[in-house]
Amino acid sequence: MIDLIVLPLIKIVFVLTGVLITVMYLVLLERKVQAWVQARLGPMRVGPHGVLQPIADVVKLFVKEDVTPARAEKWVFTAAPIIVLVPALIAFAVIPFGPEVNLFGRPVPLYITDLNVGLLYIVSVAAIGVYGIILGGWASNSKYPLLGSLRSSAQLISYELAVTLTFVSVILAAGSLSMVEIVEAQRNNGIWFAFVQPVALFIYFVGALAETNRNPFDLPEAESELVAGFHTEYSGMRFALFFLAEYTNMIVVSAVATTLFFGGWLRPFPNVEWLSFLGLVPPWIWFTLKTFALLYLFLWIRATLPRYRYDQLMQLGWKWLIPLAIANIIVTAAVKVVLGS
Amino acid sequence: MEPDAGRSMFDTDELVINMGPQHPATHGVLRVVLKLDGEKVVDADVVLGDLHRGVEKLTENRDWTQIVLLTDRLDYVASAAANLAYVETVEKLMSIEVPRRARYVRTILAELQRLASHLVWLGSHAMDIGAITVFLYCLRERELILDLFEEYCGARLTYNSMRIGGLPQDVPSGWLPKVLRYCDVQEEKLVEYETLLTQNRIWLQRTRGIGAITGEAAIAVGLCGPSLRGSGVPRDVRKDEPYAAYDEIPFDIAIGSNGDTYDRYLVRLEEMRQSIGIIRRAVEGLPEGPVMAKVPRLIKPPAGETYHANESPKGEIGFFIASDGRSTSPYRLRVRPPSFCNLQALPQLVRGHLVADVIAIIGTIDIVLGEVDR
Repeated sequence: MIDLIVLPLIKIVFVLTGVLITVMYLVLLERKVQAWVQARLGPMRVGPHGVLQPIADVVKLFVKEDVTPARAEKWVFTAAPIIVLVPALIAFAVIPFGPEVNLFGRPVPLYITDLNVGLLYIVSVAAIGVYGIILGGWASNSKYPLLGSLRSSAQLISYELAVTLTFVSVILAAGSLSMVEIVEAQRNNGIWFAFVQPVALFIYFVGALAETNRNPFDLPEAESELVAGFHTEYSGMRFALFFLAEYTNMIVVSAVATTLFFGGWLRPFPNVEWLSFLGLVPPWIWFTLKTFALLYLFLWIRATLPRYRYDQLMQLGWKWLIPLAIANIIVTAAVKVVLGS
Repeated sequence: MEPDAGRSMFDTDELVINMGPQHPATHGVLRVVLKLDGEKVVDADVVLGDLHRGVEKLTENRDWTQIVLLTDRLDYVASAAANLAYVETVEKLMSIEVPRRARYVRTILAELQRLASHLVWLGSHAMDIGAITVFLYCLRERELILDLFEEYCGARLTYNSMRIGGLPQDVPSGWLPKVLRYCDVQEEKLVEYETLLTQNRIWLQRTRGIGAITGEAAIAVGLCGPSLRGSGVPRDVRKDEPYAAYDEIPFDIAIGSNGDTYDRYLVRLEEMRQSIGIIRRAVEGLPEGPVMAKVPRLIKPPAGETYHANESPKGEIGFFIASDGRSTSPYRLRVRPPSFCNLQALPQLVRGHLVADVIAIIGTIDIVLGEVDR
């Protein structure tokens, strides 16, 4: 009873709150990092150095008027942000934050569940989010959102292909689809898959930038071109849901990258004996650190690069990343066969 | 079944969208009506007039010195350039000999203004293409120029920094070393912008071959300033019809070759370097003497008309004035605004490109709506 219902529920509550708070502070972090890059201060007013800014933002979004355009398709318009956010959140179900630990004399795994097709689950859940974007753009009954959502769906679908193909090479290296076993495989091999599969990591990261609509692939919401893209007509809390989804997605892709390529909760160099003092740091802290290092990379890129144009983005996806990902799978498979025999 | 005449099953409609006047990337209140085929621009129609204040008509009810103030409000990111063009036109009509020191200080001010204007251009252009950081870096350096102007004339945006016959005052003590120090900083920071953009693959892909126009076509459509020089036409009023102290200060005209957005970007960057050089030479060779010529207390040019042009940061800014010789205000004043003339080329430049390129092209022709609509 406890193992089946109570424990998972507690974990779900923990993960959801954790994720939402992280998102709030990720927004602050983004503003701060960007400000530092750009020789500014960033938020400074609410709390010391603006640490309470996220709370003020949330309060603001809650009390704002929630406008539905007169000629919008009301139900779809309401449902769209939810369709975007929920898949982003439930992806955390299979992300392992740490191994099994003993809490109050009972073994508790630091993940909600360990699906044996965890990776497949993430791929399919992530794909659902696109519907929300298309529906949101369409239901607004306005031209800019429609253009934005069309761009977005085309972009997400093409880059999802490349990203999914990189998963295949990781699966070949790990021999499993379960997130926990992929981490364990990296412990057993004594090396992070980032070093085994550098090409896959590169493609994954570029694809992840595109899938989360981040610069230099932030076309669907290119503010200087399409005003605000697919969520132009959204305001108040519904807009906040889109916003939340974007940042949650960023955390998801970083967490997945950490798990697949950077040894998840493992300390650096998991098999080197004399570095065992690193093991004193709890595994979940290692996981968080790695995830945030990747998130920082997202922010850094945003502050540095201009934006791709729509057709250039498609070209990059279809002509470079996808063929490269396929070639990578073939090479990985060939090496595996040769080493195996 | 008879199919609809001229309409097949896969026929698509052209989409007409309004870009502006409240669009974040149209630099003010420009409205462009785009006809799109998918994302491709079939045609563009520029709608003007949202910022029309009747500056030309207003001048007919102001006396000659008050008009300097109105010229501030034309190109509000480069008001000193418009000030200069206006006062020189009046001086030409009245045949006033401006003291040499005043001409040198005017050159310094005009070039500082060119740098400030180009910084705003580079920043907003880069931001439109997605490089936000460049924008803030540019404004950081522009701030230094605004401080210099503030110290000189007390204002930070609308300077009113020229007088008919010279300057309102001599440069404050300690100002010139500050100008030189600024030049050093700016030279260093130009490298910083370039590291972010010039060799950046995405920047190259977004600007090369975009909005290309040949020199001949550019002349035909009336482009001027850096936009014209980007197409390889070495036309610069500072060289061709020197004013202020440009005849005494050596500098090069930057020209491009392909006439695309990237070349115009390079031209403007080179112009900024040249401007720094001009400022340094002008400060070095600054002669002593008065900064104001002997002008009558009541300015009343003789009857007649004249046209005089300057090279503003945006291009050739010209003033045509007609005086009836009796009243203390112009009979007619007409501005030839570079932004307005450059904007004419927009439909031609954007045709066949994608929506995202329209943004890049609006950025590259560097318009200020205050000047377009007047």
